Amino acid sequence: MTRGNHAFGPDRPAGLETDREYSEPPGDEVRTTTCYMCACRCGIRVHLKNGHIRYIQGNRDHPVNKGVLCAKGSAGIMNHYSPARLTKPLLRTGPRGSNEFREIEWEEALDIATEWLAEIRRSDPRKLAFFTGRDQSQALTGWWASQFGTPNHAAHGGFCSVNMAAAGLYTIGGSFWEFGEPDWEHTRYLMLWGVAEDHDSNPIKTGLARLKQRGARIVSVNPVRTGYSAIADEWVPIRPGSDGLLALALVHELLRTRRIDLDFLAEYTNAGWLVIRDPNGVEDGLFARDEEGRPLVRDRRDGRLAAAEDPEVAAALTGEVTLEDGRRAVPAFVLMVERYLDPAYAPEAVAERTGIAADRIRRIAAELAEAAFDSDLALEVPWTDWRGIRHERMVGRPVAMHAMRGISARSNGFHTCRALHLLQMLLGAIDRPGSFLYKPPFPRPCPPPVRPAGKLGEVRADTPLPGPPLGFPTAPEDLLVDEAGRPLRIDEAFSWKAPIAAHGMMHLVIRNAWKGDPYPIDTLFMFMANMAWNSAMNTTETIAMLTDRDPDTGTYRIPRIIYADAYCSEMVAYADLILPDTTYLERWDCISLLDRPISSAHGPADAIRQPVLEPDRDVRPFQDVLLELGHRLGLPGCVAEDGGPRYPGGYRDYLVHHERAPGIGMLAGWRGEEGKQEGRGAPNPAQLERYIENGCFWQGRLRPAQRYYRFANRAYLEYATGMGFIGRPAPIFLQLYSEPLQRFRLAAHGHGRVLPPASHRRRIARYFDPLPIWYPPFEDEGAAELPLRAFTQRPMAHYHAWHSQNAWLRQIHGHNPLYVNRRTAEELGIADGDRVWIIGRRTRVQARVRLMEGVEPGTVWTWNAIGKRAGAWNLDPLAPEASTGFLLNHLIDENLPADAEGRVWPNADPATGQAAWHDLRVRIEKVEAEEGEDADPALPPLARPPGVAPAPAILRYSPLASTGEAR
Amino acid sequence: MTNLPSAAERAGGRSLALLIDLDTCVGCHACAVNCKEWNTGGRFGPLSDRDPYGAEPEGAWMNRVHAFEAGEGEAGRTVYFPKNCYHCEQAPCVTVCPSGASYKRAEDGIVLVDEDLCMGCDLCAWACPYGAREMDPVEQVMRKCTLCIDRIYNEELEEIDRVPACVITCPAGARHFGDFADPDSDVSRLVRERGGFAVMEEMGTQPTARYLPPRPRSTRERHAETTVADGSGETPRGFLAWVDRMLSA
Repeated sequence: MTRGNHAFGPDRPAGLETDREYSEPPGDEVRTTTCYMCACRCGIRVHLKNGHIRYIQGNRDHPVNKGVLCAKGSAGIMNHYSPARLTKPLLRTGPRGSNEFREIEWEEALDIATEWLAEIRRSDPRKLAFFTGRDQSQALTGWWASQFGTPNHAAHGGFCSVNMAAAGLYTIGGSFWEFGEPDWEHTRYLMLWGVAEDHDSNPIKTGLARLKQRGARIVSVNPVRTGYSAIADEWVPIRPGSDGLLALALVHELLRTRRIDLDFLAEYTNAGWLVIRDPNGVEDGLFARDEEGRPLVRDRRDGRLAAAEDPEVAAALTGEVTLEDGRRAVPAFVLMVERYLDPAYAPEAVAERTGIAADRIRRIAAELAEAAFDSDLALEVPWTDWRGIRHERMVGRPVAMHAMRGISARSNGFHTCRALHLLQMLLGAIDRPGSFLYKPPFPRPCPPPVRPAGKLGEVRADTPLPGPPLGFPTAPEDLLVDEAGRPLRIDEAFSWKAPIAAHGMMHLVIRNAWKGDPYPIDTLFMFMANMAWNSAMNTTETIAMLTDRDPDTGTYRIPRIIYADAYCSEMVAYADLILPDTTYLERWDCISLLDRPISSAHGPADAIRQPVLEPDRDVRPFQDVLLELGHRLGLPGCVAEDGGPRYPGGYRDYLVHHERAPGIGMLAGWRGEEGKQEGRGAPNPAQLERYIENGCFWQGRLRPAQRYYRFANRAYLEYATGMGFIGRPAPIFLQLYSEPLQRFRLAAHGHGRVLPPASHRRRIARYFDPLPIWYPPFEDEGAAELPLRAFTQRPMAHYHAWHSQNAWLRQIHGHNPLYVNRRTAEELGIADGDRVWIIGRRTRVQARVRLMEGVEPGTVWTWNAIGKRAGAWNLDPLAPEASTGFLLNHLIDENLPADAEGRVWPNADPATGQAAWHDLRVRIEKVEAEEGEDADPALPPLARPPGVAPAPAILRYSPLASTGEAR
Repeated sequence: MTNLPSAAERAGGRSLALLIDLDTCVGCHACAVNCKEWNTGGRFGPLSDRDPYGAEPEGAWMNRVHAFEAGEGEAGRTVYFPKNCYHCEQAPCVTVCPSGASYKRAEDGIVLVDEDLCMGCDLCAWACPYGAREMDPVEQVMRKCTLCIDRIYNEELEEIDRVPACVITCPAGARHFGDFADPDSDVSRLVRERGGFAVMEEMGTQPTARYLPPRPRSTRERHAETTVADGSGETPRGFLAWVDRMLSA
């Protein structure tokens, strides 16, 4: 249905009269803010009546959701008024896990935290491990950790999507999910890889509907046919963990059929860069460089060698050259062709492992090529490239790809994601009309020029780190290891176990802290991270570690735990000091370009949250508390010259006045004293007022000539430099061949100054291949007795653990069955509704079976994080979440079984450390009638912490005075 | 028992209802929750929830999304089927009502319940073949889709907002609202163009609401036999020679 340029959506019959009988304003007042019922971050309009929430509506002007709102967003009322909310700071009085606390005043809570933390900062700042969960204040929390001086900081990315983020940033300078999106307006072929039902929530649904209306083709590669896969034109039920193999077979086919974009590869990627072929040499596999260190190419017209950055050069893609020093070199393209034309990547060779027939793989490759190369899509928009050459039009490559956790949460996810980007490059389908598009501030250099701080000598008492704790290593010299190659971070990020762990490895923190390996810590400080339940691998053992005491001293092995959360999640019970947070409707917040912005392909955007309601409990926004602690601890960035707080108004002040670099702060809109600058400008005291007037967001607009080819588009690169997104307006060459990976590999061969310990060398040499590789998920090793692959999907109506306490959403997903292919179940004698044991390597959990047709036969799956610990979240201990819901986490280990040499490696990607949640192997067996019900390993119900009243037995939610009750 | 408006009374009246597109519905439940949110706080609320944090939570909803599979294996389909009142022309839920609480409006065909007259006998829920009515578990009055009559006629809302909550919130654009009595309306046109259908018409209820079936899936069968243009592309050497020719052209 067409209404102007609004492709579909709210329609209203013309001439429909109004009626006084039904004419009432929905509320007394409307306030805009930003939703936080998931990480999609839509704009919302909150209608208030009698001081209560009447209705939350999507903001029609907002760039993310354009007026729509999902089930979670609409249920925000129930999160806001949840009976699981914490109400006052708590100090533990009973043993961990008892939920026995004493309510304390904020002054006491802050004094205690300050005392604990100040002692650490005075002696050894590493002994604070500060980790946050699904939070979007990383621009603040990372800065705070750096100010404190501890390298032991990260958010949840290491167990979420770092494989995609790192693979994308090292390869194309951007990534799927928040850093890019399909060109919804122009794409004619969309391939979804491992995209379950989340991330990002509303834009994908809206985009798919637009595509279907236009007749674009949607292909979903996913073992499960639900959600987006259900409405795709073609569902490709791949065997889990083999997506990379399928992608490389498609690469093989595109090469074999000579359907690749040679001009794109030569112009915009490093396909033409010369790679030194000097077996056993110290620079074997690195780029040949000129005296200024610039990578060289051979000019295909006259054979001369010139810097790739030379605007006059036309790079050759073939031919071996002899360098001045006598060494040989070939374009990276040649290595790529030699690799993937190999019959090992032929469709026939991968059909069995992927479960996709060879002729189908050939057909999909042909479809991709047809969509990319036989299209008539071109925008009549002149643009000028970085060399200064003017192009009259923007030629389309209307094939878009999008990938998410099914690709990411695996031990082979980094290379799989690189393989997808290679496929995009061969199709010339990156940031062209109809293809995958970057969202500013991306593209950035591959990888962004930020290195993790925390090397030897950089962590000192009472001193900030010289840089951020997270970054993008490009060589062994960037690692955080000691002279013997041992990790310097508690989570072993940026060590030889996970050299490019760009988001940290939160999933190893508790185990390592408990073991005191690589060293003991004093305080674990966490925000919004349910590490005693669904955010932990091996939940039962994690709980045991949190409660384990040193028998000699009687003290906990992890001596102190501070936890901030708005709700009584499972984790609350295991902390010593609780700092109760507000709900998302009671705080100032920002969604910053420095962090995880809400930009679209058409322009950068950021947003704020403003308090819509005042807290009715003794709780404080975590960000305010963090700044207050920073002042009390004397962190330089938190203290004013007169010794008072640098940001006396808390986070609200910080949003406006903090400058990360001169003129660059948390918010990009309405900067400068007049409020007329974007991106860069002096702090504007009236900035937040401008945001509120604009619906709590800011959106910059790119001119049409700046919207595509942005890695090489002069007008865009200059704009991005001016905005501070990149350091200089230089072209960003896409890295088909990754030299940083080769540098690590050379170290494994014994070259260079920083070398991996002998025990790591074989592993580094194998997995740091400069071209994408595929290998079986690590859990496949020795899993012959566990024939099924198990993983979770996030349902569209829930976001992780956040929504179990939501009275409405839990009526939609109150427990989680195990979905099993009907034929597979029949072979096992299992019927719909049966109870089964899901048996992993070490233990088992019970579940109820639901049969389905639309699942790859070797796959079983369930909804993520619906299962709850009895008594948590102020739910009845008999709630279905606890009684029949279950967690797969109990079966998933942080570490793999010891290898043949007795070495233990993380259950993670060897490059990035990404937790390999989805690699789990299991078998299922019917529960015999005489066996009792036991949804999860027997854990006693959690008690209610103080200040949390029994949940109501009846809910009649209305803000109307006439109903007599607001809750 | 309660009378429906007579044919004469209905003559010239609108037939307002929803048109739901099964081609783009991904089963996200946005419509159901936004409906509950709008209505619990409005004049037809509260939509109560019994045992909301307990073992058997049960709430009143005016709109629910069902999921099922059709067909076997890969050839089958996963279907999401949102369902609320179809505002039938011959609404059995109205005629069965002993108190006159259920009624159908002559001017626009909307079927409503007058809560003050409803005695919670549940007969209408039994009479509705579609399961579109639900007893409020706390209030013990009947709840059903009002087509957001307090939105669509509400002068206090901007005109663009005078549509049902489920329509305005649907991220997949799968819900349309309009007048099925007007052959030129957008919903009537879509029904014609895309083969819109009503559910269980054999029941004689004459449902007003319609569904749009999934669009035919696009296929590209002709590419099953793609071959290389000149046959030598399967070795790196032959391939690289082709690259040279292409780039020197």
